[in-house]
Amino acid sequence: MQGVPDPGSAAAAIEFRAATKRYPGREAPAVRELSLSVPAGEICVLIGPSGSGKTTAMKMVNRLIDITEGDITVGGQSVRSLDLTELRRGIGYVFQQIGLFPHMSVEDNIGTVPRLLGWPKQRIRDRVGELLELVGLEQSDAKRYPGQFSGGQRQRIGVARAMAADQPIMLMDEPFGAVDPIARDRLQNDFLRLHAEVRKTVIFVTHDIDEAIKMGHRMAILRDGELVQYGTPDEILATPANDFIADFVGADRGLKRLLLRKLAEIELSPAANGERDDLPTIEEDTCLRDALSMMVTQRVSALTVLGTGGERRGTVSMESLAHFADLDRADTEVEA
Amino acid sequence: MLAQLALPIAQGGGPVIPTFNRGSDCVRENRQFCWDWFSSHWSSTFQPRLIEHIELTAIAVGIGFVIAFVAALAAYRWDWAVNPATAVFALLYTIPSLAFFQLMVPFTGLTRLSAEIALVSYTLLILFRNMLTGLREVPPDALEAAQAMGLTRRQTLWRVELPLALPAIMAGIRIATVTTISLATVAAFIGVGGLGEPIFNAIQDGFKTQFIAAGVLAVLLALVTDALLVVLQRVLSPWARTRAA
Repeated sequence: MQGVPDPGSAAAAIEFRAATKRYPGREAPAVRELSLSVPAGEICVLIGPSGSGKTTAMKMVNRLIDITEGDITVGGQSVRSLDLTELRRGIGYVFQQIGLFPHMSVEDNIGTVPRLLGWPKQRIRDRVGELLELVGLEQSDAKRYPGQFSGGQRQRIGVARAMAADQPIMLMDEPFGAVDPIARDRLQNDFLRLHAEVRKTVIFVTHDIDEAIKMGHRMAILRDGELVQYGTPDEILATPANDFIADFVGADRGLKRLLLRKLAEIELSPAANGERDDLPTIEEDTCLRDALSMMVTQRVSALTVLGTGGERRGTVSMESLAHFADLDRADTEVEA
Repeated sequence: MLAQLALPIAQGGGPVIPTFNRGSDCVRENRQFCWDWFSSHWSSTFQPRLIEHIELTAIAVGIGFVIAFVAALAAYRWDWAVNPATAVFALLYTIPSLAFFQLMVPFTGLTRLSAEIALVSYTLLILFRNMLTGLREVPPDALEAAQAMGLTRRQTLWRVELPLALPAIMAGIRIATVTTISLATVAAFIGVGGLGEPIFNAIQDGFKTQFIAAGVLAVLLALVTDALLVVLQRVLSPWARTRAA
């Protein structure tokens, strides 16, 4: 591979190699010898309390913040050896304030990096059309200005802009932090769906543990500039490395594990006939926690699970849910 | 300013200048406004003075814009340049206009150059302040996005910062232009023409028609120019429909 993560390539792995950031006049480094690798195509969430260095770590990837010691590689290339503007044009960037250019139409905002890369006009126009559809906006929105959109819509435009040149890497700094909870939930779901399609390597910074569990294939928990634990959300919830992590993920971590799976992904008891007809029904793309919540509120110990077409798939019991919340049972498909 | 200039006429009383004996009754009696005199003198007196006035203004605002633009970019980039530039421009701005025109005469004579030096000086503070404010009020998130997307410093300036500062810059140009149109009438004091000339003449001979015609033309020129600049700004920054100054 040469140059930057080639715009247009599918994805590129990111590797932090003892990356350190020191600010002059401050004794403790903002990020200390951070080493972790993010496989191509995965979402890695950086999370921690404020001042933990998560945003600093992310910004070192496109060198909005310079690395003091150590290195970061993208697609095997050191970010320190790459031309700064080229590096940045090869990495999508989404942040909480979005930073759309108010004086440019949506089309021109999304087309910013392709224009810098010298794409022909027609190709840019086609790409903008494609992206608007991908993020769920209308084609007629292309000519409007950012000021005419809601916060959630603006964030969609921001995501489209970060993918415009098909950058293999995306950095996202609390991207959904400024929108209301309902819009946030929708943005999160849409982004996960989108990610399944385009498979970028994503570094996602948040301070919201629920968001981290929902969005991340892997989570890196930082404190005071140091990496405390790195693993899949399931691993971290099941076996927190220390009290800080256990505290950070919350006392309800067993319950949170239920967020990680949907009814469709677990084994159900065969659909019983006759006597269980009176059970409340639930759709199979619901997560286990919502299923449990339904059992508790409706005071039942089992539910009938329906497929997407409304057909019976089987029943799920409270016992089987408890099995997945069991903290001693860490079943991990991915290893760190 | 108009009110002050009007005084000598009010005191002037009846017709005292021999030329008043020629022409229509209206002119001989020095009534408020004589259309016939105005229309017969349009091409010989008013049109050329109006064109001179527009030239004086356009050159002053044009040169002032270039100087203020360079100064504002420097001050935006280097903070230490803000105070010296502001001090110089503010000092120039405080010099009384009549004195300024007179002050230039020993150096550059009774020429258009003298007039332009003074007129340009008055535009600088307004233009500089507005440009600098406009640049400084560019939203920081837009700058962060530009940086993160790999725009170079120059690309950021021309594609992001200046377009976003445009409404403030245009607001400065509007104020500077209207001010210059008004001040340029005083430039007739050193004999460089413009609509100030018929006004000065009218002050001396008390002829109301000439005074009112030149005064009204100067006001109309200011209003029309301002309106054109508003239209220009809307065309140049369609995104800032409500934020224009």
